[in-house]
Parts: sequence; structure tokens; C-alpha cells
Amino acid sequence: MSADAPAAPPAPVVASPQLRLLLTPPPARRGWRLVPARVAALCAIELQKLRHDRVELYTRAVQPALWLLIFGETFTRIKAIPTGGIPYLDYLAPGIIAQSAMFIAIFYGIMIIWERDSGVLTKLLVTPTPRAVLVTGKAFAAGVKSVVQAVVVVLIAAVLGVSMTWNPLRLLGVAVVVVLGSAFFACLSMSIAGIVLTRERLMGIGQAITMPLFFGSNALYPVAVMPGWLQAVSKVNPLSYEVDALRGLLLGTPAHLWLDLGVLVLAAVLGVGAASALMGRLAR
Amino acid sequence: MTVTPAVTPAAGGPPPGGPATAVRCTGLRYSFGAARAVDGLDLEVRAGEVFGLLGPNGAGKTTAIRAITTLLRIPPGMVEVFGHDSARERMAVRRLLGYVPQQLSADGGLTGRENVALFARVFDVPRRERAARVAEALAAVDLTEAADRLAGTYSGGMVRRLELAQALVSAPRLLILDEPTIGLDPIARTGVWDRINEVRAATGMTVLVTTHYMDEADQYCDRVGLMHRGRIRALGTPGELRHALAGPGGAEPSLEDVFRHYAGSGLTGRDNDEGGDLGDVRRTRRTASRVG
Ligand SMILES: Nc1ncnc2c1ncn2[C@@H]1O[C@H](COP(=O)(O)OP(=O)(O)O)[C@@H](O)[C@H]1O
Ligand SMILES: [Mg+2]
Repeated sequence: MSADAPAAPPAPVVASPQLRLLLTPPPARRGWRLVPARVAALCAIELQKLRHDRVELYTRAVQPALWLLIFGETFTRIKAIPTGGIPYLDYLAPGIIAQSAMFIAIFYGIMIIWERDSGVLTKLLVTPTPRAVLVTGKAFAAGVKSVVQAVVVVLIAAVLGVSMTWNPLRLLGVAVVVVLGSAFFACLSMSIAGIVLTRERLMGIGQAITMPLFFGSNALYPVAVMPGWLQAVSKVNPLSYEVDALRGLLLGTPAHLWLDLGVLVLAAVLGVGAASALMGRLAR
Repeated sequence: MTVTPAVTPAAGGPPPGGPATAVRCTGLRYSFGAARAVDGLDLEVRAGEVFGLLGPNGAGKTTAIRAITTLLRIPPGMVEVFGHDSARERMAVRRLLGYVPQQLSADGGLTGRENVALFARVFDVPRRERAARVAEALAAVDLTEAADRLAGTYSGGMVRRLELAQALVSAPRLLILDEPTIGLDPIARTGVWDRINEVRAATGMTVLVTTHYMDEADQYCDRVGLMHRGRIRALGTPGELRHALAGPGGAEPSLEDVFRHYAGSGLTGRDNDEGGDLGDVRRTRRTASRVG
């Protein structure tokens, strides 16, 4: 490591450090301005972690690549799924973006239990950060990580020949939708973490819910081809609204953008509420 | 080794204008289900002193600390930090605290500097002085050279010092350390304590520390409270507690003997606590209040 390399100075500096700045407490930020400051702080460490360890970004790209490559290419040929005239691979790409974002977000519950067991969360809970703001920060951090992942999946899809928009405003919309969806799923996962409290149980539940959420959505096929009961699941599944919005924005297919956005905002707000209420159990 | 005499007056003294009491617990109780972890704890930590909360594993030290730091939900009126109620004024209390929990809790996926910068940010250190302040905190714990390495590559002693920097970056008036030297080798232990003492000498902050190492309490604490089964059983300077147990003319016992006397005898069963031991505690308290 570079820090070890430089030779020690001849006369070791006696530890009598200047503590000028450490004598005065920082001025307290109050009111609503605390929220964006905390959210930014928690998002920043997420990006810093990604910068130190890019391996996760690459390994997490493998699964969506396989979905697009194998499932997408095959079903494009079979033409078994009514997509409204676009190639199945194009139809699938937004679904896979939403899926990989959801997987990242669901992992946040496991991470928060790990942070609790290691004392990292405990220490954050003793900072002037209300629990709801801490949860909001974590939710947005999941969103930021998901957006970075989404960029990778979009690039893979582009390489595979999916024709998407490059309109910057629409891409901004894609980022907003991915952040909102991930915020909801991160809160869902943190809420379950607050209930089950152990990593093992959460991992079991996480696996048990991600697949039904994925298959019970319009990520792979349109809602119209589903049996009635699955259509009902899809209606209450925020992932469906996320995929619908992503399709509309990326491919220009008919979508209910405002409804989707409304549902995603509502889901994220409810998720933050539930996760903050359960955060006390993780502090105990 | 630089040995701080056991009965030194607090280096900094109470900050001008501030209350003289840093922490006041009044009949603090906390239960996990049916198990009473803290059972009527009365405690007063004076501003500017290093107060050691001593006790065997399971005595309730961590639970008491978690109540003081606003982590546990407690009724109002039980805990005050510099006059702020820990149940009612959580945000105000948290702004006064630096907290180092029992586990080694740095984020291994971030560098030392990023770990400290996070705490500077969540304590609202203005952007223009953030970098300088973080560097100062890292220098204060002797981590300047290792600052840009991932904390995951640090040794136990370095992680502890990093956590100290995280706690110090917000200039807390009360530093709370839960078993700061547990599991460290003697050199790392001295390193952690030397950094604590330097910063304390410079800032005059109050330190509340839990430990079950007698020698550390003897060396570094101005006053100690021996905790057992959720309550303070003896209180005073390390010297006073030793004197009280020895009686006039007797050979002076070590603090460890004092600890055995109060904690060891209680281990035979809850009922035995009541009889003779309590008299001893009362006697010790009287001695303590006479001297202090
Ligand atoms: N989260 C918890 N759930 C249940 N019991 C707990 C929990 N934390 C501590 N306890 C119990 O409370 C008592 C006091 O524990 P603790 O405060 O950790 O003691 P110390 O820090 O002095 O070792 C112990 O009997 C312990 O088993
Ligand atoms: Mg403990």
C-alpha cells in the first residue's frame, strides 16, 4: 500500500496535534435542509464504495446480460409473446433494468442488518439524523447504486441492438423512475429486516419474494396474457409501474407515465414510513 | 509509559458557563423482556472528568450507555446530558455526543478519511472547513499516513483510533466509549488511551468509558463506578475505593480486589446482595462523599 511506502521522517513527529478546528462544534443545520444534506452524505458513501470496489458492478451485470442474451434473443425468435409490434428483446430490456435495480435494492435490508451487527448503523443512529431521514438517505443511496447499474444494463442492451431513445430528458426520467422504484424496494427490504432482525431469515424471505415480484409483473410479458389472479398481483406490484414507465420512456411505447410516477412516489413514501417505524427494532 | 495519577482533578474542568454535570441518570431502568439489564442506576458524571463505568460482563454497562446515547427508548426524566433529557431532546443530546460502540465499527469499504468525512457531514460541518477538520481529526489519532487506505486493511488498534477520529470530528462535549480497548494488545491499548488523553487535555471534554480492565480504570479514570446487576455498587476515585476496602492501617488492596469484593460476592445469588454488601457500599459512598 502506498501509505506504507514513504520512509518515516528522521525525527518522528511527537503526537501533539493541532486541534484548532476540533475545539468548536459545527453549527447545527435545522429544519428541512437537514434532509437533502443527510441524503447527499449517504449517497456519497455509496458512490465512494462503488469506486473502491467495481467488481460488484461487473458481477451484477452478468445476470441481466444473460437474461437479455439468452431469454431475450430466444423469445425474439419464437415470437410467442405479443409485444405490440416491437422485437421481444427491446420489450424485455426495460424489464431487466427494473429487475436488476430491484435485486440491488432488496439487498439493502441484508446490508442494514450487517451494519447493525457491526455497529456502523448504531453509530449513525447516534448522529443528529432522525430515523426517517436515515431511511430516506439509505433508500436514495440504493437508488443511486441502481442508476449506476442501470447505465451498465442500458449499454449492454444497446450493444445487443435494442433501439432506445438517447433523448437526455427521457433518460433523466429513466433515472428518476429507477431511483423511486429502488427506494421502494430498499424500504421494503429494510422493513422486513426490522421485523426478522437476522440476516439468514432475511435472505430466505428476500429470495422468496423477489421471484414472485418479478414474475408477477409486466417485466417479461404484458399483463393482458396473465391469468386473472396474476393480473391482480401485477396491479398492486410497484415493479409493474416501474417497468411500464421505463418502457414508455426508453422505447416510446404507450404508457401511463403520470400514474406510474404517482404510484412509485406513493410507494416510496409509504416504504420510508414503514421502514422508519421499524428502525427502532434494529436500534435495540 | 505516561501514567496519569489516579486522583487528578479533571484537566479541563467544566466549560465556562456550561452545567457542571455532564450526565445524570436517575433511577434508570431498562429491561429486555423479563430480564432487567439496568435496574435503578443512579449516576452523575461531572463535566470535564474521565468517568469509568466498571463491571463484569452482563452488568448492564452497554445497556446504560445505549440509554444515555438515545438508542433505547426510555421514559423522560431518567437521563440528562448537559441538562438535556435523553428521551425528550434526542437531537440536542446527539449533537453533544461522540460515541464509540463496543464493536469495531468502521466501514471497511471506505478509506479512513471517507469514514471520518461521513461523520463530519452528518454533523453538519460546513463544506469549506470539512477537509481540514477531517485531516485534523485523523492527525489527532495518528492516522494521517494510513488515511487513504481502506479501513478494511486496518489493524484492530487502528480501527479503534479511526472510530475515535469519527467521534471527535464533531467536537463533542461528551465522549462515550464502550470497552474501547477490548481485544487490543497492550501497545494498541496504550495508543488508544494516549490519544484520548491528549484530545481531552486540549479540549476539556468529558469522557464516559466502560471497561472491565482494572488497570486501565486505575490509571486513566478520575472517578469510577463499580456496576453490578444493573446498579452502581460503589463510587469514588480509584484511590478512595481502595482505601475504603482496606480500612485504617491495612495494606492497600488493588482496584481489582475492590472489584472482586463487590462483583464477586454478588455472583452467588441475587439475595446475597442485600445483607452485608450493601452496608459496605454505603460505607464506601460515605467515604467517597467525604473525600470528594
Ligand atoms: N439486545 C438484547 N436483547 C436481550 N438481552 C440483552 C440485550 N442486550 C443486553 N441484554 C442482556 O442485558 C444484560 C446486560 O447486558 P449489557 O448491558 O450488554 O452488559 P455489559 O455491557 O455490562 O456486559 C445481560 O444480561 C444481557 O444478556
Ligand atoms: Mg458491554
